[in-house]
Amino acid sequence: MEEIRKAYFIAKKDMGAYYLKPPLISWGLMLPIVFVLAFYFRNPMGIKEVIPGLIGLTLLFSSTSMAAIVITFEKRIGALERLLLAPLEIRTILFGKALGSTVFGLVITLVVTIFLLPIIGLSIHHPFSFFLTTILSGIAFSLLGILISVGVKEVFEAMTMSNFFRFPMIFLCGVFFPVPEMPYPLPILSYLLPLTYTVDGLKHCLSEDKGIIPLHLDLLILLGFVFLLFGLSLSIFKKRIRQEF
Amino acid sequence: MNLIIRVNDLTKSYGPTLAVDHLSFDVKEGEIFGFLGPNGAGKTTTIRMMVGLTQPSSGTAFINGYDILKEPVKVKQTIGLVPETSNLYGELTSLENLIYQAELYGVARKERKDRALQLLEEFGLKEHQEKPFQKLSRGLKRRLTIATALIHHPKILFLDEPTTGLDVMSARGLRKLILDSKKKGLTIFLTTHYIPEAESLCDRIAIIVKGKIRIIDTPQNIKSLVKEMEILEIGLDRIPDPLKNKLLSLDGIEKILIDENRIRFHTKNIDQVTPSIIKLFEEQRVKMETINTLSPSLEDAFVRLTGLDSDLMKIDKPMKAGPE
Repeated sequence: MEEIRKAYFIAKKDMGAYYLKPPLISWGLMLPIVFVLAFYFRNPMGIKEVIPGLIGLTLLFSSTSMAAIVITFEKRIGALERLLLAPLEIRTILFGKALGSTVFGLVITLVVTIFLLPIIGLSIHHPFSFFLTTILSGIAFSLLGILISVGVKEVFEAMTMSNFFRFPMIFLCGVFFPVPEMPYPLPILSYLLPLTYTVDGLKHCLSEDKGIIPLHLDLLILLGFVFLLFGLSLSIFKKRIRQEF
Repeated sequence: MNLIIRVNDLTKSYGPTLAVDHLSFDVKEGEIFGFLGPNGAGKTTTIRMMVGLTQPSSGTAFINGYDILKEPVKVKQTIGLVPETSNLYGELTSLENLIYQAELYGVARKERKDRALQLLEEFGLKEHQEKPFQKLSRGLKRRLTIATALIHHPKILFLDEPTTGLDVMSARGLRKLILDSKKKGLTIFLTTHYIPEAESLCDRIAIIVKGKIRIIDTPQNIKSLVKEMEILEIGLDRIPDPLKNKLLSLDGIEKILIDENRIRFHTKNIDQVTPSIIKLFEEQRVKMETINTLSPSLEDAFVRLTGLDSDLMKIDKPMKAGPE
C-alpha cells in the first residue's frame, strides 16, 4: 500500500511538472488532434468508420510521449537519480512513471472522445468496456514508451525511437485499413502489436462492428500486454541502471 | 562513539580501470568525516556505492547497521545525499520540492509541510519558498538541495563536493550550515578537493589518491606528520622562468611551491638554506618584498603524503549538464 502511495506521488509530480513541456504538446497533444481534424474536414461522414482507430491513436501518442518525457528528461537533469536514491523499489518508480503517463493519455483521449462523439453522432455502447479498453491500452502504451525511452538520453531521441514503433502501428493495427484485408504476412505483424486490440476493442464499444475477435479476448490480450511490457520494462530499466549508474 | 558506517574492502572497477581499490574504513556517529583527494581519486564513486547508486565490484559497507547490498531500501531511509550537481525539479517551487521529497520518504502527511517550512527557515530560504528551483541562484540551489536531503531526519548526510562552483560568501554560509547540522547530532560524510575546507570542517580526514586511502586521521595528526618540516615563504616582485630550477638545485630544499609571486620552500633546516636563497635572488636581480616562516599546513602534509602538486587540488571538475 505504501509503495502504491509513493507511485501515486511520483505520478502526481510528473503530471504537475511535465504536462506543458513542448515535446509533449507537439507529439502527445497536437499530432493526435491534427489527425482527427484532418480526417474530419476531409470527410465528416466517413470519419465514423475510423473514429475507434483515431481514438486509439490519440491514446498511443499521448501516453508514449508522456512516458518518453518523464524518463529521458529526468535522466538528463539527474532527477532520476533522486528517485533511485529514495527508499523505493524499482518497480514502484516504474509504476509511478507509467501511472502519470497513463493518466495523461486517458485525459487527452477522453477530451477528444467527449468533443468528437456528439459532433459525428456516435455514442459509447458499452461504457464500462470502453473505459477498461482505454485504461489497459493506456498502461500498455505508457510501458511501451518507457521501454523505448530507458535506453536513450535525450527527449528527441526517445521521440524518434518511439516513432519507429508508432508510425508502423498506424498502418498495421486497423486504424485505417481493416487487419483481415491486409496482404499476407502483414496481419501476423498486426496481431503482435497492442494497438490492434485497442482499436478492435473500441470498435466493439463505439460501432456496430463486431471486430476481428470478441471484446473479452481484446481485453485479455491487452492485459497480457500490460504484464509483458511491465516485466520487460522492469528488466531493461534495472539493466540500464546498472550500466549507467 | 558508535561506528555508524563500516566499509569493508569496497572495490569498483570499470573494465581494467580500478576506480576504488579495496577501501576499508569506519565513520563514528556524530563526526564529520572527509574524503580528501584530487578529481578522479574515486571519492564520488565511493559515495555512490555507499548510498546504493552504484553496484560495488566487490566488498560491502554497513550504513547504520544495514548492509548496502542486502538492505538497500533501509540504507536509503537512513541517509540523505547531496550530489555534486543540485538535481531538484526545476519546475517545482522550493516548498514543492521539499514536500515531494517528504512524500517519497514516507514522512507523515501532517508533518510534511511543517518540516518543509522549518527547513526553509533554517536554511535561509523562507523568502524563496514559492520560487521555482530553476530560478534560484546556484548558492540557494545548493542550500535547498541540502535541506531536501534532511527532510526525513536522516542519521547520516552524504555531501559530494558541497561547495564546488559556489562563490566565497555562499561557500562560507554553507560551511556554517554543515557545522550547525553536526551540532544537532548528524553524522556527515563529505568529499572535497579543497584542502582548507577539509581542514576547517572535518573531525577526521581520509586522503584518497587513485582509489586508495593514503591515511585516515584528524587534521592535527596529519599535520604533525610533517612537523619537522620548516617552511619559508618569500614574496618577490617577479619570478623569472629559470629561477625555479636554480632554486631546486640548492642544497637542503625539499620542495618548492609557487603561487603567483610567492614562493614556499619546504626544508628541514631553514637557517642553512636562507642565505643561499637570498644570494641567488641577488644574482637574478629579483627584489624580495616579504619573507615569513610558516608552520606546516594540511596542504604541506598532503603534498608530502601524496607526492602530488597541491595545485591539482584547486582544479574543479567540469560541471555536468543539469539544472544547476
